[in-house]
Amino acid sequence: MSSSSQVTESWISSFCGLLGHEYFAEVTEDFIEDDFNLTGLASQVPMYKEALEMILDVEPEEDEEDEEEEEEDEEDDDVLGEERRGGYRRAGDRRHLRMASDVSVVESSAELLYGLIHQRFITSRQGIQHMAEKYELQHFGTCPRVHCNSCKVLPVGLNDSPGHETVKLFCPSCLDVYTPPNSRFQAVDGAFFGTTFGSLFFMTFTDLDIGGGRRSAAGAADALMAIQAANAEAKGRGSTSNANITSINGVAPHNLAPGLGVGNIYEPRIYGFRVSERARTGPRMKWLRMRPADITELDETRRFWEEREQGEKKPDDDDMTMVDVQRGGNPVDKRKKAVARSRRTNGSGIGGGSPMDTGSIGAG
Amino acid sequence: MDDFVSDTDSDYTSYWRDWFISSRGNEYFCEIDEDYLTDRFNLTGLNADVQYYQYALDLITDVFDVDCDDQLRDAVEKSARHLYGLVHARYIVTTRGLAKMLEKFKKSDFGKCPRVMCDSHPLLPMGQSDLPGNSPVKLYCARCEDIYNPKSSRHSVIDGAYFGTSFHNILFQVYPTMLPSKSLRRYEPRVFGFKVHAAAALARWQDEQREAMRERLKAAKVDVLFEEDEDDEEEGEPVSDEDEEMDVGEQGAALVAAK
Repeated sequence: MSSSSQVTESWISSFCGLLGHEYFAEVTEDFIEDDFNLTGLASQVPMYKEALEMILDVEPEEDEEDEEEEEEDEEDDDVLGEERRGGYRRAGDRRHLRMASDVSVVESSAELLYGLIHQRFITSRQGIQHMAEKYELQHFGTCPRVHCNSCKVLPVGLNDSPGHETVKLFCPSCLDVYTPPNSRFQAVDGAFFGTTFGSLFFMTFTDLDIGGGRRSAAGAADALMAIQAANAEAKGRGSTSNANITSINGVAPHNLAPGLGVGNIYEPRIYGFRVSERARTGPRMKWLRMRPADITELDETRRFWEEREQGEKKPDDDDMTMVDVQRGGNPVDKRKKAVARSRRTNGSGIGGGSPMDTGSIGAG
Repeated sequence: MDDFVSDTDSDYTSYWRDWFISSRGNEYFCEIDEDYLTDRFNLTGLNADVQYYQYALDLITDVFDVDCDDQLRDAVEKSARHLYGLVHARYIVTTRGLAKMLEKFKKSDFGKCPRVMCDSHPLLPMGQSDLPGNSPVKLYCARCEDIYNPKSSRHSVIDGAYFGTSFHNILFQVYPTMLPSKSLRRYEPRVFGFKVHAAAALARWQDEQREAMRERLKAAKVDVLFEEDEDDEEEGEPVSDEDEEMDVGEQGAALVAAK
């Protein structure tokens, strides 16, 4: 595409290479060049146009339209005061003036704009894939909590508008957020990652094994307990048993906060004796790290209807429960199939007409 | 730089304990009183655990003056660190030890809780076992009552037994005023402003457990106070009104499309 990015390092890659910017993914130029993706940002960023030009490494022109593609064949690098070819003289002069006066303003605007675009980019198909690679390589670090067993974490914001909080790390194993261990990340705005990304990531990549290899060792006792509980429950509840549940509330049971629950809660002891709950200094926060041994307890829909009288109008069996159970030899449950089918017919699925799907739009 | 074992050979005549607690990586230790170290009762049983026990003790108390080769000195040095750690675990649960550790706690010498909702509450060092060699030191946050790994690798090699499983709990028994207030605040995973159903359902279940605990304790006439009890509202700070939820990933993606 743009020749300048091949000749020298682009603004984007140099920005992502800075110390403290290790969490950032490189937003593709395609994504930035699609105006739809920038909707509303012009009002949030001072010197928006200059900032955008800086991000895309394009030379500013006096009266250009918003077609960045026109500038593709510009050969200039961003060396200041370099002799320019006649056609670009005016642009070069203006750039020179601008550089002299407010380069730092534009630079900080560009960083803000890049951050806001980044927030949108990492929730797009392409961006989230990019972040998945970084996640796999453990670029974001691991959870500091002992019972999470160094589970990989994701950068998130606690606010979507800039200037509120710095970036935090979301641990899917305990569903909690932590401050990055290194202080250099305390200069990075959380809004550049946004509140949505962390959860959307694990909704998108449902096959990831969040807990890693921990289940086999630490969870052995839990698993046994769960199986026993399940067997007891199964008799009372008919077909639903824990052993073959594939999804609870839309999440695979082994991926639902695997770092919480029995065996993963800190138990305060003095000389081997547990500190009583009734003591003034006794434990009060265990609830924060609890998780039911029988996860069907979290199926609120079923619990709601179980409490109602038999005679009342109940929804269909499919809507009765948020638990998906593997039936017979068919691992794909009904609910998912139905969703998949309806998506195929109206053609507006993830890969279809999503405006965030830059793979198909930006390339055109 | 005085953080290498080899450098200590020349330093051993000066106060070994001063050097030890001020060297890099040993920030979690407090200085053990001379009196405590010289009282043999306090060291009961440690001679079985430590090689060159007498030499190591002499080194710690600055009376080691045996001429020996570097190899032996290194071994003694190593033993001395181990012995110091084991005595440390006993010392910090004494009145004076607790007072010293309390000062360090107040200065946040052990670091601050990484959990965002704990608002950088100071941590305390602890071990998961009282026997040496089982697990490295962990950090306990009294606000969320959970344990964390030290963020620096130079601390994560310290044996947890040098602090023990009881110390941090005893500290709050002795200084109950140091107990922090507990908070109901928690992180709510959201997608485009909507709570994630699986996480929200778990949070509601946890809230039920907490209320059950409160009932239990109320019946036992024990006060349980959380910070938010006054206004009795959870701080759903970022987005307030929308309480609808998402349940599956597919819908999340559909929302992306809608956005």
